[in-house]
Amino acid sequence: MNTKVTLCGIELDNPVIPASGTFGYGYEFAELYDINELGTFSFKGTTKEPRFGNPTPRIAECPGGMINAVGLQNPGVEAVINQELPKLKKCFHKPVMANVSGFSLEDYAYTCLKLDAEEQVGWLEVNISCPNVHGGGMSFGTTPKAAAEVTGVVKNVTKKPVIIKLSPNVTDIVSIAKACEDAGADGISLINTMLGMRIDLRRRKPVIANTMGGFSGPAIFPVALRMVYQVSKAVKVPVIGMGGVSSAEDVIEMMLAGATAVEIGAANLVNPYASRDIVRSLPAAMEKYGIENLTDIIGGAH
Amino acid sequence: MKQVIFEIESNEALTREVYRMVLSGDTSAITAPGQFVEIALPGKFLRRPISVNDRSENSLTLIYKVVGSGTEQMANLPAGTKLDLLTGLGNGYDTSRSGETPVLVGGGVGVPPLYGLCKALLAEGKKPSVVLGFNKESEIFLKEAFEALGVPTYIATADGSCGTKGFVTDVLKNMDYSYFYSCGPMPMFRAMEAVVTTSGQYSFEERMGCGFGACMGCSIQTKSGAKRVCKDGPVFRREEVFY
Repeated sequence: MNTKVTLCGIELDNPVIPASGTFGYGYEFAELYDINELGTFSFKGTTKEPRFGNPTPRIAECPGGMINAVGLQNPGVEAVINQELPKLKKCFHKPVMANVSGFSLEDYAYTCLKLDAEEQVGWLEVNISCPNVHGGGMSFGTTPKAAAEVTGVVKNVTKKPVIIKLSPNVTDIVSIAKACEDAGADGISLINTMLGMRIDLRRRKPVIANTMGGFSGPAIFPVALRMVYQVSKAVKVPVIGMGGVSSAEDVIEMMLAGATAVEIGAANLVNPYASRDIVRSLPAAMEKYGIENLTDIIGGAH
Repeated sequence: MKQVIFEIESNEALTREVYRMVLSGDTSAITAPGQFVEIALPGKFLRRPISVNDRSENSLTLIYKVVGSGTEQMANLPAGTKLDLLTGLGNGYDTSRSGETPVLVGGGVGVPPLYGLCKALLAEGKKPSVVLGFNKESEIFLKEAFEALGVPTYIATADGSCGTKGFVTDVLKNMDYSYFYSCGPMPMFRAMEAVVTTSGQYSFEERMGCGFGACMGCSIQTKSGAKRVCKDGPVFRREEVFY
């Protein structure tokens, strides 16, 4: 049984990748288990400057998932390089995926240039899809032209594979994915969270201080799967599928839809061992469905 | 942190909205008063964070208020129900700073963790006193439990139906103490800042995603930057938060 996959030229022991924003910079989970069991993980979205993010409450319960409006809280790229990565090096010995966000093309270029110089970083996952920050993130992800611009700017400053993370909150995700590919993207990851909201019946006000936030969890899995299927049929570069993935069966389904690797998000917040458990249950699930090499099933449903 | 399956021994109402749940299971990951647990509930996606009221080697007591559908569901769980808990979350109170005569100040559903703290301080030979604030007499709980520990216990009610009429600060302003420990709503902390005469520790409440430091859902601003209530707190020193 072979769980290895190759993502943009780098081999992963398995396709399981905890998603950005649900795994910190790794070491909270390294206290619980050996995170080297994972394919890799995508670290907390990092920006040029430190950010506190949005006011609280930032979290709301939903049927089959949750809403978050954290707002890209992070210590800034300098602190990530000087403090977080050295700490991570002690517990994680694989290339890590660096998740980057920004508010201008210059921001993206600056942060990616800095992280490109870090040996621990294997891929740059460029988030143009954060729904929780005004004037940034998602505004680059909502038109093919802006998405291509960010891709081009980042590709100019880095030698590492560039994966563009797309928003589902658009009318035509396929055209945006193709624009990124045409601009040189080495991979596409999708989907980021879906814009949602909840209202507190007792207070008659939105639960989330920022009114709206990003909906994630098992409830969005069918939407994510559909978009992964559509995008992976339309582009030649590898696709990372995410959105509500909670089991080894979900991983297999995402790969059949066209994903080369799969990110696990909200599930990590409910069960801190979720990603590890999925890695460990993959071989049994593969056996059940007659899969010898996981890489053989990528896009198998096309 | 440790994931443990607990079994409900009892689950009863203390007031109209406040319940006490006693569970049996492995509490070894809980190392300090003021820590909390996260409870997985059938049909809910996120776990529910609840402070630890009291514990022994194989027993855990939680006191919680029904504030939404999750806690409403908890209130209806019968004895014998098995629950999946993450235990030993958060930092808890630091008893080493208390001095000889600390005061414990609790407001409403912030009162429960102070009971475990009070027992810990007594075990260290300290002489704590307790000030508890409620809206009205019918909402008072744990008063007898503190009195049974033999500590001076003062009550303030907003409507004057029991104890001092007013807020915990109306009691606190006439007291002498070596240090303070508190848990309650933010407006109470702000009011306390105007009357407290020593250093102390506040325990914060916040809506949480994970409860173990991964999602940044519960962050607050402090003197030394952003801190996670679930992992760096819930207890913060006064000087860290009000500056």
